[in-house]
Amino acid sequence: MDFEVMRAYLPLYRDALLLTLRVGWQGVLLAFFIGVVCAVILHLRLPVLRQAAAVYIEFFRNTPLLVQLFFLYFALPKVGLRVGAELCGVLGLGLLGGAYMAETIRSGLESVTPIQSESAQSLGMTRMQAFRYVILPQAVSRSVPGLVANVIFLLKETSVFSTISLMDLMFTAKDLIGMYAKTMECLTLLVVFYLIMLLPVSILGSFVERRLRHAEFGP
Amino acid sequence: MRSLGLDVLWKGKNFLRLLGGLWVAVRISLISVAVSIALGLVLGVLVTGQSRVLKALFRVYLEIVRIMPQMVLLFVVYFGTTRVFGWDLSAELSAVIVFSFWGAAEMGDLVRGALISIPRIQYESAEALGLSAGQAYRYVILPQTVRRLIPLSINLITRMIKTTSLVMMIGMVEVLKVAQQIIEANRRTSPNAAFGLFAVVLLLYFAICWPISRLASYLEKRWA
Repeated sequence: MDFEVMRAYLPLYRDALLLTLRVGWQGVLLAFFIGVVCAVILHLRLPVLRQAAAVYIEFFRNTPLLVQLFFLYFALPKVGLRVGAELCGVLGLGLLGGAYMAETIRSGLESVTPIQSESAQSLGMTRMQAFRYVILPQAVSRSVPGLVANVIFLLKETSVFSTISLMDLMFTAKDLIGMYAKTMECLTLLVVFYLIMLLPVSILGSFVERRLRHAEFGP
Repeated sequence: MRSLGLDVLWKGKNFLRLLGGLWVAVRISLISVAVSIALGLVLGVLVTGQSRVLKALFRVYLEIVRIMPQMVLLFVVYFGTTRVFGWDLSAELSAVIVFSFWGAAEMGDLVRGALISIPRIQYESAEALGLSAGQAYRYVILPQTVRRLIPLSINLITRMIKTTSLVMMIGMVEVLKVAQQIIEANRRTSPNAAFGLFAVVLLLYFAICWPISRLASYLEKRWA
């Protein structure tokens, strides 16, 4: 193991980490937004929109991100829609993640029994108040483990971005291996940087999970 | 109207080649799922035992698998270990090793979850009825565990099939790579083939994964 080489590579990996985080978090935010919208549509059983959301969720949950990205990046320009690599990454991650987030949030909403909102209304709360103070806190606390798992899953999936020439961690490692053949050094740095990126998320996630358990009600 | 490359699909053996690529993906995931289920069952039973050391080790293992992207693991096994240990691994074997390493952790955790979800009283009642520990597992615990596990392991199959698209990064020719080759070969005659072919690849993945995940959620509802 050549530590001099590893030190020389550090700035490249740091830049790659920043890019991965930037695209990753934008993707996660978009995914969360899409997820909430779809979950509410499904929960309220809005006609037409509900079917559209279901088709979207099934489609994106059952195809790989790599192929989705290839489609966005290589196929869409053929019909005149040119999307930059970074935007492609954000869109791909957001669309894939949205489907997973929607399922998680929906099952959180559904795990709150109808009697809860009935009781809230019989206490004189309006429907909105019941949703805001009774249903939502419980639904959120129940979806948190799933949401955290989704965030980690999505940040992990960013490794696929290297295929559409976004200079993320994976791309940097592949590139350096190709140029200087310091395989072990590059792979070690790659593993370390993914740990730096995801270990805090994982630890923070389980901390939040424990804290939110207070909001649970009943068995 | 501009051709979107669907004509290329029917040229020569192109469609059959795509299906052949899809089969590579499905084959890798079926083998890996089989290995994962076997290892996962053993792991899950071991972890629900008394040993704290085993539990701690399993948590670390699970955390590694959850955090490391499969692509990184593929690179580490295919390029890293071959370099360090000097052995010769085919891309397919590396893929099976990585997916089994990942699947075994996930399965182990599912088995653990299923086992601890079975109330103590089931074990006690079995014992009170005079069943030995082995018999209790065989006739009381396992049938209930398996019911919970089957839908979840079917889901694991679809997750694996979706992840197999990554093996093209270590040089395997699977469906996406075949599509790329066809696009390259027809670059001149139909420059828009990328649209049609990548769309077809998306649909092929969907056609495989969707029925499997429907089956999983059907079984989950039925046996819940």
